[in-house]
Amino acid sequence: MNRLLKTRELWLALGIFAVIVLVTLRFPRFSQPGNLLTIFNDTSILMMLALGQMAVILTRSIDLSMASNLALTGMVVAMINAAAPGVPIPLLIAGCVVVGAALGAFNGILVWKLDIPPIVVTLGTLTIFRGLVFVISGGAWVNAAQMSQEFIQLQRGSFLGLPILSWFAVVVAGLVYLLMTRTPQGRAFYAIGVNPTAAVYTGINVGRTKFLAFVLAGAISGLCGYLWISRYVIASVEVAGGYELTIVAACVIGGVSIAGGIGTVAGALLGALFLGVVNNALPVIGVSPFWQMAISGAAILIAVVLNGRSERTKGRIILNKAEAGA
Amino acid sequence: MTDFPATGRQLPNRLDKPLKSAVLSWESLLVLVALAIFIANSFASPYFLNEWSLSDMTFNFTEKALIALAMALIIITGEIDLSVASIIALASTMMGLALQAGADTPVLVMVGICVGVLCGAFNGFLVTGLKLPSIVVTIGTMSLFRGIAYIVLGDQSFKGYPASFSWFGQGYVFWVISFELVLFVVAAVIFYVLLQHTNFGRRVYAIGNNATAARFSGVRVDRIKFVLFCLTGLMSGIAAVLLTARLGSTRPSIAEGFELEAVTMVVLGGVSILGGSGTIIGVVLAALIMGLVTFGLGLLNVPGIVMSIFIGSLLIVVIALPILFRMWRQRRA
Repeated sequence: MNRLLKTRELWLALGIFAVIVLVTLRFPRFSQPGNLLTIFNDTSILMMLALGQMAVILTRSIDLSMASNLALTGMVVAMINAAAPGVPIPLLIAGCVVVGAALGAFNGILVWKLDIPPIVVTLGTLTIFRGLVFVISGGAWVNAAQMSQEFIQLQRGSFLGLPILSWFAVVVAGLVYLLMTRTPQGRAFYAIGVNPTAAVYTGINVGRTKFLAFVLAGAISGLCGYLWISRYVIASVEVAGGYELTIVAACVIGGVSIAGGIGTVAGALLGALFLGVVNNALPVIGVSPFWQMAISGAAILIAVVLNGRSERTKGRIILNKAEAGA
Repeated sequence: MTDFPATGRQLPNRLDKPLKSAVLSWESLLVLVALAIFIANSFASPYFLNEWSLSDMTFNFTEKALIALAMALIIITGEIDLSVASIIALASTMMGLALQAGADTPVLVMVGICVGVLCGAFNGFLVTGLKLPSIVVTIGTMSLFRGIAYIVLGDQSFKGYPASFSWFGQGYVFWVISFELVLFVVAAVIFYVLLQHTNFGRRVYAIGNNATAARFSGVRVDRIKFVLFCLTGLMSGIAAVLLTARLGSTRPSIAEGFELEAVTMVVLGGVSILGGSGTIIGVVLAALIMGLVTFGLGLLNVPGIVMSIFIGSLLIVVIALPILFRMWRQRRA
């Protein structure tokens, strides 16, 4: 199984590499280090969000409210910054993580204590959170002129040649990697995804584990709320509209199984990077950006066909089916 | 993907219900909610109780509800189709292309419906033929179908549909009764009979309750699921015809968010998202409730985005209340 996982990520990395090579053949400047760094930086937010979504999907749940959470937290932080520019940015970022985690906890509580299917809960909070953006802002925008310079510039600074935004992604990826591979909590996410019944007998609280996955996804969404707003310097109701599916797409392309229990940090990151590379390559090779949506759709379908195959060879799919139908 | 059921799942609706359970059923609760909202609306706005207002109200939900009827069947089998709104976008775009090629109304309608069925068949093939989880497949086709619409149209739009075509979305059959409403009522009756009074319907429930057992009892699970995906495509194609005719134009962003509203209608209507139970009457009532809520709030000048808070809360509260009630009763017992 380990070898199989490795090959899947290897194939994905090769796929990304192939796209880069193909584009470079015609446009040599595409693969210059500077441009690759830009692509990485552009994809940082998606990578972080994909990691949060992965934690949720591992537990056989799904969080469709991440983009709305991001928009709501982003609007809150932008309005605080516009009203009180003196508040230090690190405090604002911490506030974002807390607000996002609280929104995620709301999802988690409904899933844990009331046992409502996650897709229903997050379908509801998807619309509720985005509606709340409108309620707190009155439909108005917060634009660049209203934001403080530190608020906008923080992520644009660079450290050791890498933009601060990319460092956020690196740190979050490192933390999630440690959580997933080096802590009992991380193993619990996988355990309840692979076999909830067995997980219960090993003493894992299934509901609580799902709750924590939602809190993690929420906290990451909150952090990305600040990063998104300060990157695109506009906070409005439409921020990241429909992005929830891009996040799921990154996970699926990265080999995270929607049936739970299968997925790695590297896979989710590569899935996000794949979308990032394709989106950056399109304008370069002169394809209209309107192709983006169809291409990511096709990529999801191809990825899920390939994933379905490799999962089946392990003989796990029968178990999934039986439990899904139970 | 779905939640792990800790306890046994709900049994499907029984054909012969005792009176008491009928009174306490989900559907009667929905009737009460609908009545309450109706009364609240008529107090809240002086413009509500007017035959033309009420007729306008039906346009708020007919297209989505047509899809919800088929979606209910899919969800009862334990699958889901999130690509319905994108099917509308693609079907509408293809109708626009046909229009450019000089097609007339009958051809336009045929194109819309055929594209819908083909998209549904594509979903169905991926889910049943390649044995892939429907939620991922339809998230993928959701991007793919609408993506094709964006490739064709970009930031442009198709306009200039003939008047005879517009009738499907704007015409009235009799007095204030619109063609859309008539079509919805007819479709609701057909789906009611199909689900509740045919062998096909019983098989749909059987698959949702235990696909393995259904297969061993001779139900052709994959074929039925495939048919249901085609059916959802068909209803989306019909909705595309109605919506395009009503709006009189096609943009690639047409019908955005319809999939969530259709799923909300189905779940609000008492269909278990885990599959196996639910009724068409519930779905119809839920569609009516959502139409009433959005229209009533609209009359009060509440912006659409705020309405979505109500819809989202309604979805969660309506699911949570019976669970809380059950927990409360268990604690007392």
